[in-house]
Parts: sequence; C-alpha cells; structure tokens
Amino acid sequence: MNNRLINWFRYASPQTFYPLAGKMIPWFWALTAVFGIAGLYIGFFAAPTDAQQGEGYRIIFIHVPASWMSMFIYLVMAFWAALGLGFNTRLSGMMASALAPTGALMAFLSLWTGALWGKPMWGTWWVWDARLTSELILFFLYLGFIALQSAIDEPRRADKAGAVLALVGVINIPIIYFSVKWWNTLHQGASVSLTRSPSMAQAMLWGMLLMALAFWMYSIAVALARVRAIILERERHAGWVEELREVRQ
Amino acid sequence: MAETNILTALGGIVRRDLLLAARRKSDVLTTLFFFVIVVSLFPLGIGPEMDMLRKIAPGVLWVAALLATMLSLNRLFAADYADGALEQMALSAVPLGVLVTGKVIAHWLLSGLPLTLLAPVLGLQFDLAPASLAVLVVALAIGTPVLSLIGAIGAALTLGVRGGGVLVSLLVLPLYVPVLIFGAGAVEADITGLGAAAHLSLLAAFLALAAFFGPWATTVALRIALE
Amino acid sequence: MKWNSLGEFLAMGGYAFYVWGSFGACAALMIVEPILVRLRRKNALQELKREIAASAENNET
Repeated sequence: MNNRLINWFRYASPQTFYPLAGKMIPWFWALTAVFGIAGLYIGFFAAPTDAQQGEGYRIIFIHVPASWMSMFIYLVMAFWAALGLGFNTRLSGMMASALAPTGALMAFLSLWTGALWGKPMWGTWWVWDARLTSELILFFLYLGFIALQSAIDEPRRADKAGAVLALVGVINIPIIYFSVKWWNTLHQGASVSLTRSPSMAQAMLWGMLLMALAFWMYSIAVALARVRAIILERERHAGWVEELREVRQ
Repeated sequence: MAETNILTALGGIVRRDLLLAARRKSDVLTTLFFFVIVVSLFPLGIGPEMDMLRKIAPGVLWVAALLATMLSLNRLFAADYADGALEQMALSAVPLGVLVTGKVIAHWLLSGLPLTLLAPVLGLQFDLAPASLAVLVVALAIGTPVLSLIGAIGAALTLGVRGGGVLVSLLVLPLYVPVLIFGAGAVEADITGLGAAAHLSLLAAFLALAAFFGPWATTVALRIALE
Repeated sequence: MKWNSLGEFLAMGGYAFYVWGSFGACAALMIVEPILVRLRRKNALQELKREIAASAENNET
C-alpha cells in the first residue's frame, strides 16, 4: 500500500523535516511580501473610500485577515494535536506548539484592530458584539494552551496535554460562538457588522483576500521557523543535530 | 453481569469519595462559604438599589457558582494522585472512564448540589421572585454537572503541574462560557417574561454532550498524567 | 491615484490615529515575532554548541 504513506511518515520525523522546513521558509517569506505589497497597494490606493465609514474602514484589511487566521490556526493546531495523539508522532506536537503563539498574536491583532475600528464607528473602544466577544474567548483559549504547555516540563507530556486541550477547545469553539451570538441578539447588541458584504466594492474584497493570503503565508513562515527552533531544543541529544552545519560552525 | 459490576464499581467510588470528603468537611464548607461571600459582596460594591440588584442577580449567582466550582476542582484528583491511589485505579480491572465518572458525580454531589440548594436563599437577597428562584434552581441543577464534567478535564490536565490551581482556571473558565450564558440567561428570560424553556433545554443539551465527551477526555488526560 | 498629497494620505480622512494605530501595531508585532523566533533559535544553537564543547572536553580528559 504504502509507498506514499511511508513517504509521508518520512517527513514526519524531525530529522527529515528540519532541513525541508529550512528550505521552505524563504519561499513563504517571499510570498508574504508579494501578497502583502499587492494587498496594501489595493487596500490603500485602489480601494475607494467607503460611503459611510470614510477612510476608517481600511482597518478591515488587517482586521478581517487577522480574525480569519486566528480561527484557522486554531483548527490547524487541533488537527496536528489530533494527529499527534493518534499516531504518536513527535513532530505533530511540535507543530501544534509552534502555531499557538502565532495564533494568539492573530487573535490579539483582531481584538486590537477591532477596538480601533469600533472607537470611530461605534463610539466606544469595546462593544460586546458577538464576534469580538468570541474572538476574546478564542484569545483566552490560546493563552490557556500556551500556559499549560509552558507549565509542563516534560515535552512529551506537554504535547499530549496540549493536544487534549486543543481538541476540547475545538469542540467548544462553535458552541461558544453560537452561545455568544444568541446572548448578543437577546441583549440587543450593536447590529453593525465589520464586513457589510453587500456594499463592498470589488477592490475592497480583493484587497482583503490578498491581505488574508499574506497573513496566511506569514503564519506558515513563522510557524516553520519556530518549529525548527523547537526541534533544536528538544532533539539536542540526537546525533543528527550535532552533524548540522549551523551547529558545526 | 458485567453491567452490574460496573454499576457497583461506580457506586463504590462515589461512596468512597463521599466518605473521604466527610472526614474533611472543611473543604466542602470552604467552597460554600466562598460562594456565599462572593454573592454577598456584590450588593456592597454596587449599591442597594433593588432594581439594579434584581437585574444582575442571575449573572452574579452564576459567576459565583463558576468560581466556587473552580476552587473545588483541584481536590478532584490531586489527593489520589499524590498518594498513588489513582495509579492503582488506572491499573484495576474496572475501566478508568467509570472511575472518572464516579469521581465527577461525587464532586458534583459535594460542590454543585450544595450550591444549587443554597442559591435560592442567596437569590432572596437580590429580591428575585419565587418563580425566578425556581428557574434558578433548575438551571443550576442542570448546569453545575456540566461544570464538574468540563472541570474534570482541566483538573486531570494540570495534575502535578507547576501552579496547577491557577492554571486550571485559565484552561477551564473560557470553556464555561456557554453554560454561564444559558444558565444566567434562563433566569433572566424568566424575569423578563420570555420563558426559560429554550435556555433550559440547551443547557440539558450541553449536559448530554459533556456527559458523553467529558469522562472520555478526562480519562485520556489522566493517562497522560500517569505515564 | 486617489490621494492628492502625502499629507492627505497620512491623515486618512481624519481617521489617521485609528488606521495607523491598527496597521502600526500589526507591522510592529509581525516584525517582533520573527525576531523573537530568531533569538530562540540562536539560544538553542548556542546551548547545543556549549553542550558539544563540554562533552568533547570530557572525552579528552
């Protein structure tokens, strides 16, 4: 069966993944720059001024991508966590812990830009809007994951405990989102939403998509760089690490 | 045959935990006192206007219940982990999931149930109507087992970990959000005359979900801690 | 080009603080995070080199 399968598992070992990740990182940085520059150009120069929100709406070009990435990274993290629990591969746990800080950063950015958008549009820095509130809880989930992993000294146990937490979190996220939404509609929260798609101009949509791609590539590049650092920390007693060029120098 | 075995094991572990707790009554009482004090502090901080108090009562009572449950979480497994009893349980013929379920039931009987019974008395301080008090009791009766079930996962994950007590709150409190929303929402809906049925049935759905996944996730977490 | 001058671009139609506050925070974090990762990697490498040097010394003596 299993030529293909074996191939995949070959890359699941830190030893083969370390150089592969090293080769991929520059490409992802390049893609980040390309998409980022294109997205910023469209966002600032091609996209028209919004009729209601003036130039202030340009915040969505980072707010929306950051929110998307914060959710997407949690899903990817949970995927690696499940893989690590199921197949007992070392790399999966490292991937999950490499992704968590970047996910937390995205969640933070989403909150920060949401507040800066809310002040001129709603008149307050913070609104208990369903999306902002669930984003805040997602941020807490990331912090919990990072705190749990850093509190456990033994890496294998940290990986597995983190994996259980990530999976419990991923089951809970939709429940949390719908509870918060329900709660919000009952309490007559602000009904303005950040992405009023009907009135969105074509250029705005493109700018947002390009920025989302840039954020995505950035996340991959940083996570790969971090996973390489984690591999160096954890595998330092393995023979292959001592043979690395950067260690030999 | 096998079923009765599991049921006796379940009953045994519940009885054992209750007996152990009966020897250290102060643990249970501390949780209850905490609940009472936190709830009583709110009027002092906010002011005695009854209209305001009636409005915040559901939220205050539920948040206090959440925090009180949190406080009692670390006694769920910590003592058995420290003296090695947990390891023996994991090795015994009875599935670990059954033991976990038993311990969670015992935990609820010692924290959730007393909180539920005490809540209407505290609700009187906030001038809640009798009907709302009844809804509060029902909501707590359905909701607090969910708190114990989810909390058990956090307690198992932080077993023997540095700063476990504070860590558990960071892990578990965000997961309590849906229970808080619908638990407090049920009482609020009753006060405003909307009817609490929808909230209560959603709480029951959470309970079913948590009863299904909770012990399983806790078992996995315990095995990781015991490795 | 929709902006007539640099000043107009920077003013963002009166939303300068909010727009540049958002983009600035985003840029700052996305510069700081890779630097932190790089530092982490450097530390790990140094640690490794020190360990290797220590074990080599042990072997000689």
